[in-house]
Amino acid sequence: MTTLTDSQPAVVEPPAHGSGSIPQRRRRTFGQWFRHKGWRHTVGVATTIFAVFPLLYVLSAALNSNGTMAGSNVLFSRIDGGNFEALFNNPSRPFGRWFVNTMVIGVVTSVATVFLGALAAYAFSRMRFTGRRVSLLSLLILQMFPQLLAVVAIFLLLNAITDVVPWLGLGSQLGLIMVYLGGALGVNTYLMYGFFNTVPKSLDEAARIDGASHVQVFFTIILPLVTPILAVVGLLAFIGLSSEFVIASVVLTDPDSQTLAVGLYSYVAQQRSENWGVFAAGAVLAAVPVMALFLFLQKYITNGPTAGGVKG
Amino acid sequence: MPTLAPPGPAATRPRKKSGITPDSTLGLLAKIVLLGLVDAFAVYVSITLFLQEKWVILVFASAVTLLINWIYLRKGGLPAKYLAPGIFFLVIFQVFVMVYSGYVAFTNYGDGHNSTKADAVNAIQLSAQQRVLDSPAYRVSILERDGDFHLLATDPDGGVSVGATDAPLEDADAITDATGRAVELEGYRTLQFGEVLANQEDILAVTVPFSDDPEDGSLRTSDGSSAYVYRPSLSFDEATSTFTDLETGTTYTDTGEGSFQSADGEQLSTGWKVNVGFDNFTKAFSDQNIRDPLLQVVLWTFTFAIVSVLSTFALGLFLANAFNLPDLRGKRIYRILMILPYAFPAFLAGLVWSGLLNPEFGFVNTTFFGGADIPWLTDPLLAKVSVLVVNLWLGFPYMFLVCTGALQSLPEEVNEAARMDGASAWRTFTAIKLPLLLVSVAPLLIASFAFNFNNFNVIYMLTDGGPRFDNTTANIGHTDILITMVYEIAFGTGVGRDYGLASALSIIIFLIVAVVSAVSFRQTKALEDIN
Repeated sequence: MTTLTDSQPAVVEPPAHGSGSIPQRRRRTFGQWFRHKGWRHTVGVATTIFAVFPLLYVLSAALNSNGTMAGSNVLFSRIDGGNFEALFNNPSRPFGRWFVNTMVIGVVTSVATVFLGALAAYAFSRMRFTGRRVSLLSLLILQMFPQLLAVVAIFLLLNAITDVVPWLGLGSQLGLIMVYLGGALGVNTYLMYGFFNTVPKSLDEAARIDGASHVQVFFTIILPLVTPILAVVGLLAFIGLSSEFVIASVVLTDPDSQTLAVGLYSYVAQQRSENWGVFAAGAVLAAVPVMALFLFLQKYITNGPTAGGVKG
Repeated sequence: MPTLAPPGPAATRPRKKSGITPDSTLGLLAKIVLLGLVDAFAVYVSITLFLQEKWVILVFASAVTLLINWIYLRKGGLPAKYLAPGIFFLVIFQVFVMVYSGYVAFTNYGDGHNSTKADAVNAIQLSAQQRVLDSPAYRVSILERDGDFHLLATDPDGGVSVGATDAPLEDADAITDATGRAVELEGYRTLQFGEVLANQEDILAVTVPFSDDPEDGSLRTSDGSSAYVYRPSLSFDEATSTFTDLETGTTYTDTGEGSFQSADGEQLSTGWKVNVGFDNFTKAFSDQNIRDPLLQVVLWTFTFAIVSVLSTFALGLFLANAFNLPDLRGKRIYRILMILPYAFPAFLAGLVWSGLLNPEFGFVNTTFFGGADIPWLTDPLLAKVSVLVVNLWLGFPYMFLVCTGALQSLPEEVNEAARMDGASAWRTFTAIKLPLLLVSVAPLLIASFAFNFNNFNVIYMLTDGGPRFDNTTANIGHTDILITMVYEIAFGTGVGRDYGLASALSIIIFLIVAVVSAVSFRQTKALEDIN
């Protein structure tokens, strides 16, 4: 909205603009204004429309209980909550369960990821041992190969685990979390390692002299000081996990145990246009927490070049 | 001044934990409990492995357990104590699975080839069952326990036994009705007629063997109330490792490639897993059904990744330049609105766009193109364009943020010097800003390439790889990239699952990614940061 009010009055009557805040400095013609700033607004408005219209479309479809894809084409023609009601009242597609599953798997995995990564980063940052450099390098190289490349082997491995420990094998959320933890080190450790190094060593030395053990130094000195990076790594991991489809779709077969990504895909996989409104409602609910987290984290995500590989 | 202070107990031996403070007893307790849990779990797993006679895994599991205990019980070796938990998962679910992919790539693992030869022989005998003519009818009731169906059979002499597909018949002490037919058994639930009808398919598939040896035959029901004796129509001769069809006399011999084949080339559908050497790789590059599609898929994967990087970078850089003006009004609003696609979960974006681009009911056709029937996702060329546009939508905000950051970190003097020398805005940009920018952004472009190379979600959710190629029976299409092709071959519904071939393709992706990483390593300073 602001974008329009910003550019439009200026386009219609440039003189009024000049007589307002900047008194009579020099009257610019429309051409001059356009060459300097106007084209930027044109570009901005065009790009904003490109960026936002699909999102408005989902939102409008979600609020329109008409339901089909054909009926969702006039944006915000009708607003009610029918789709959301239908979304939560379909026992064969338990959206509520998916939502809870995604949250549980996401939170458990990201907390564990942060913990495992922080343990490793502490060792790399504070201790000197043989193989340290090689281990750091291997981590850096390993994280170049995303886990989904080995999805076939992961499936076969979990299949074998099912025979021995059924509650950790195929169909088990705990099994899925274990698989995700395989990627817990890698880029996370590297990010945290850099941050741990910024905490002065004299702090832990002082604590050691006062009789603190290495565990106490880790939990009471280092961790409180690196909370920001822990939060960022955890939230980034959570955002990434909430979109993970490949491995989750292979591991979780029972609708009750699936995540949002797998469940919502099944919603539209067979009959895209009939379920459209309900799917859109699900999409809105699934996207809102992630988008909120993301916008909140935005400045951290672009700061570190190493964080760049996360998405995009 | 700690060094001058009178030596207390802590100061004299600062490196050794005294073990007296309450904190360290707590630590010790936590350690004992955690290690105890790990060991308890290990024992449980070991017993299961022992009972299942999986010796190799048992040895490995025990070795890992011992290693963990050694790491945490010995004195010193501190780094290992901190690294072990993360590395444990890393080794199993990242390193091992990669190595295992390599192994599977050299086998024929897949539908019809997923177990040992003994299992295959067993399965063939079970599946090739034929009703023994003139055999007596058993009266049966259908029982259910834990979701599995069991047959409760009353033989013509009145004896009662129970069994299921994976549980051979055994005598049972059941409640019988007036006609002497067993109808109920403790611990099971008897299905009513309606339920039998509802689960018809599963119940017809129940094959209850008389004993562990499939040659003894089995019981099957065709109506849920009476069952007949079935015997294998194929007889297995262990000495020569051949199957003989008891009716036609055809013999099926072991081909050495994990299946039984008759003289005229007919194969039994169940085979077993064997190593096939480089067959999967040669198949990928010579089999008509795979080669041509694979070539197209590889080309498209590169095109998709490269064009995605270039288009998102170009748009992002252009926007960053356009909005890199301190006094531009509404800059923040533009910025937030333009970042939204990046924040939107990628898998949802694919699904939403597939709706927007639906030819009949989609928003784009009905609203922007006045109801035209443009086949955005079903025409080979347009589908590729659509995929690229959607990926541009998803990816440009990231590049916009990155480029904005990089532009703002360029020193202003450079800009001024160029202006003093009379360079035009365009020339300043191409000759000065862009080269400087590329230095800091190049590693990110390579990372973005690597990411898009395996950008599964966008392709799978938007087009599912379609439209399909017409020169192959596999469910692969014009917009499939390598990773979606792997998924389709391993888990797809088109043709049978072929884990071997899928893993071989994964290995090819591994190699490509390795080359890309090697290049990016040369570009980044990451190596120098490690000291």
